[in-house]
Amino acid sequence: MADTPLAHQFDDVAQQREAAGLGMWTFLATEVLFFGGLFTVYTVYRVKDSAAFVEACHELYMWLGAINTVVLLTSSWTMALGVHAAQHGERRRAVSFLVRTAVLGLVFLLIKGTEYSLDIRERLVPGPGFRAEWTVDPTHAQLFFVLYFVMTGLHAVHMLAGIGVVSAMAFMVWKSRSSTHHANALEMAGLYWHFVDIVWIFLFPLLYLVA
Amino acid sequence: MTEHTASTRTYRNVAMTLFVLLAGTVIVAKLQLGTLAPVIALSIAAAKAVLVAMFFMHLYYGSRLTRVFAAAGLFWLLILLGLTLGDFLSRS
Amino acid sequence: MTTLDTLTVAAPSYLASRWSLRSWLLTLDHKRIAILYLVSITGFFFIGGAAAVLMRLELATPESDVVQSAVYNRLFTIHGTVMVWFFLIPSIPAVLGNFLVPLMIGARDLAFPRLNLLSWYLFMAGGVLAIGSIVAGGVDTGWTFYTPFSTTYANSAVIPMVAGIFISGFSSILTGMNFVVTVHTMRAPGMTWFRLPLFIWAMYATSLIFVLATPVLAITLALIGIERIWGVGVFDPALGGDPLLFQHLFWFYSHPAVYIMVLPAMGIVSELIPCFARNPIFGYRFIAYSSLAIAILGFLVWGHHMFVAGQSLYASMVFSILSFLVAIPSGVKVFNWIVTLRNGTIQYKTPMLYALGFIGLFTVGGLTGLYLASLAVDLHVHDTYFVIAHFHYIMVGGAVMAYLGGIHFWWPKMTGRMYPEAWGVFSAVLLFFGFNLTFFPQFLLGYLGMVRRVAEYPPEFQVLNVLSSAGASILGVAYLVPLVYLTASLIRLPSAERNPWKATGLEWETSSPPTEFNFVQAPVVTSPPYAYPPLGAIAEPPATGVQEASSG
Repeated sequence: MADTPLAHQFDDVAQQREAAGLGMWTFLATEVLFFGGLFTVYTVYRVKDSAAFVEACHELYMWLGAINTVVLLTSSWTMALGVHAAQHGERRRAVSFLVRTAVLGLVFLLIKGTEYSLDIRERLVPGPGFRAEWTVDPTHAQLFFVLYFVMTGLHAVHMLAGIGVVSAMAFMVWKSRSSTHHANALEMAGLYWHFVDIVWIFLFPLLYLVA
Repeated sequence: MTEHTASTRTYRNVAMTLFVLLAGTVIVAKLQLGTLAPVIALSIAAAKAVLVAMFFMHLYYGSRLTRVFAAAGLFWLLILLGLTLGDFLSRS
Repeated sequence: MTTLDTLTVAAPSYLASRWSLRSWLLTLDHKRIAILYLVSITGFFFIGGAAAVLMRLELATPESDVVQSAVYNRLFTIHGTVMVWFFLIPSIPAVLGNFLVPLMIGARDLAFPRLNLLSWYLFMAGGVLAIGSIVAGGVDTGWTFYTPFSTTYANSAVIPMVAGIFISGFSSILTGMNFVVTVHTMRAPGMTWFRLPLFIWAMYATSLIFVLATPVLAITLALIGIERIWGVGVFDPALGGDPLLFQHLFWFYSHPAVYIMVLPAMGIVSELIPCFARNPIFGYRFIAYSSLAIAILGFLVWGHHMFVAGQSLYASMVFSILSFLVAIPSGVKVFNWIVTLRNGTIQYKTPMLYALGFIGLFTVGGLTGLYLASLAVDLHVHDTYFVIAHFHYIMVGGAVMAYLGGIHFWWPKMTGRMYPEAWGVFSAVLLFFGFNLTFFPQFLLGYLGMVRRVAEYPPEFQVLNVLSSAGASILGVAYLVPLVYLTASLIRLPSAERNPWKATGLEWETSSPPTEFNFVQAPVVTSPPYAYPPLGAIAEPPATGVQEASSG
């Protein structure tokens, strides 16, 4: 759009837009491999000690995980609608959807936090206090929980960053005179948000639906 | 500048499909299908991911180059997964 | 050509355009960021080098009389981590790549200048943590951080070192992102993929590795940190973890990392050989494709570091065959460089001496890699000095020589000054001799059975060790001399010509040094690269077909 500022290194807005898009997808590829290392560790141990993983999975709160999945999928929907509104110059609508996206993200984190506190109370945190009566294989069960906390924890950190970005962008769009000014940046933020959603789309069955 | 991307109706259809697939995943998990279960669960997850990538992330409307970039990360992860698992699975 | 000169003669060079410290530390100019990197990595080189000096001093006698084993373990770890992550990996990409990529493709800057600056700050932050680790006593795990020693039993400053490398990894990722996107989207009109200099192909291939391999290192280092801090983790056998899984994750990055170190070096050699042989490169497309092939195949061979670690025999066989395959594109490049030389008229200038040294020493290093890729041979020489000699032939005899060759070649472009040619020749020749004296005996030592990472060794190995240490002292001088004369060259005012080497390439169309935004208008490219005159012609090479884009 004509009112997107052009950075000095680019010849025109189309080139800038193409570069931004490729840059964001490159960054997402790095994120795939970053999380991918954890998925690899998970896969190896799941294949080796599947019985322990099945038992460990039963200790998780599957319905909290399922609700969280609904929350995230909805937030992706609202994000997509927010970007769409911004691209069409519908400033108020864009802000509304972006705010809803951030709120849904916060809801996700709240539910996750509740889940963590329940896990802690159930003494499922690996370490000396780990409660293992429910399994015949405490060592491999602990492995499951290390992966559970690290993978969902890393995901939660990414969610937090995403909520920050979406909130900041909501504010900027609200302040601006024309939402199309930020449409490009919003599209990039959207890509990041959807990616974090996709990570959860895989985490949910792998961690909560093993049984 | 606004290249053709999805309409709000497309977004709604995709979202509804995602919810249906999620329900399906949970139901299938409850069915206790043994060794088939993880295969089905991952396939459904993959389908959801593809929908999000294609329509929410606009890959469906993007250039071939963008799709190559998007696929590259996944492809490389498969190399890591494949050869590592290959070692563990082929140990005597 | 002349139009460009008169248009740019009024504008100051990128060095002179602004003077404050702030203008350097907050610069968005890729050329200044390259200089920032140049200064920092030189510092790290001498830190890693100091560790090597102490090691070679110790290894001159069979007893651990200069340092005890516990200290020696920290020395080789510091040497490895600093040289790999804080010198070799950033060296060519962050210095020469940052400086040259926009110039060579005809752009004003990289796609993301602010991310470029962030990349340098992340590098420095990681470096500070690494130095902090050294000051706190260093790490004794080896640069490979094998578990469970690194996660459970090591009593050294593992966490700050691992954190430093983790942060500097993001520096690499940002550089890679920048180069990939820049090459795809910001080439000047007419600069098609197959008119790109081979250095750009090399930078592009390297960037693929930066982007795809480094994140796996990052998560692996994070897992070490988590296991060390919380006492629970995924690599601890007591918890059912498998130490070999760590090695898979570590080497998935660290093998491609060696191609991060050598691909840019090959890119430099591909620029130097045609220029100083006055001959277009032979087999341009093959060299371009080989760069990509090395980058991609390099991801499929990591298990060759784990042949004796407990990896399954079948996996080892697969990795062995793939390791043989990855040697082929390297061989293609060496062949093409040699044919280019054969059909040319060689000028024995300093950069060319470094390039020729690269070809010889890289070939030796690469061939010995094939020995190591053979399961039967590796069984005997794994963890011996044979391996050390192999990778130093490639990293030092190859990558560092190419880096120095590139620094000398582009020095007039980067600084506007020329270095003293006689001193350049002296240092290059001295380096070649010093290097071989240092590392050739190590092939013999490894073959005869001397293991690596030990301060004490059986007395029968002393003679070869003394030769190696003697060579190291010569090598040290050969590194110090260029440091002195290159720095000294900066005292004089800029006086280098625009194109002192009569080389092809868009970077030589700008002034020496270039102005802040490189080109007044985007150049238009109409002819293939390396258009050096045929044998016998004496004139300056024909214009690379660069014309000013009409301003109308």
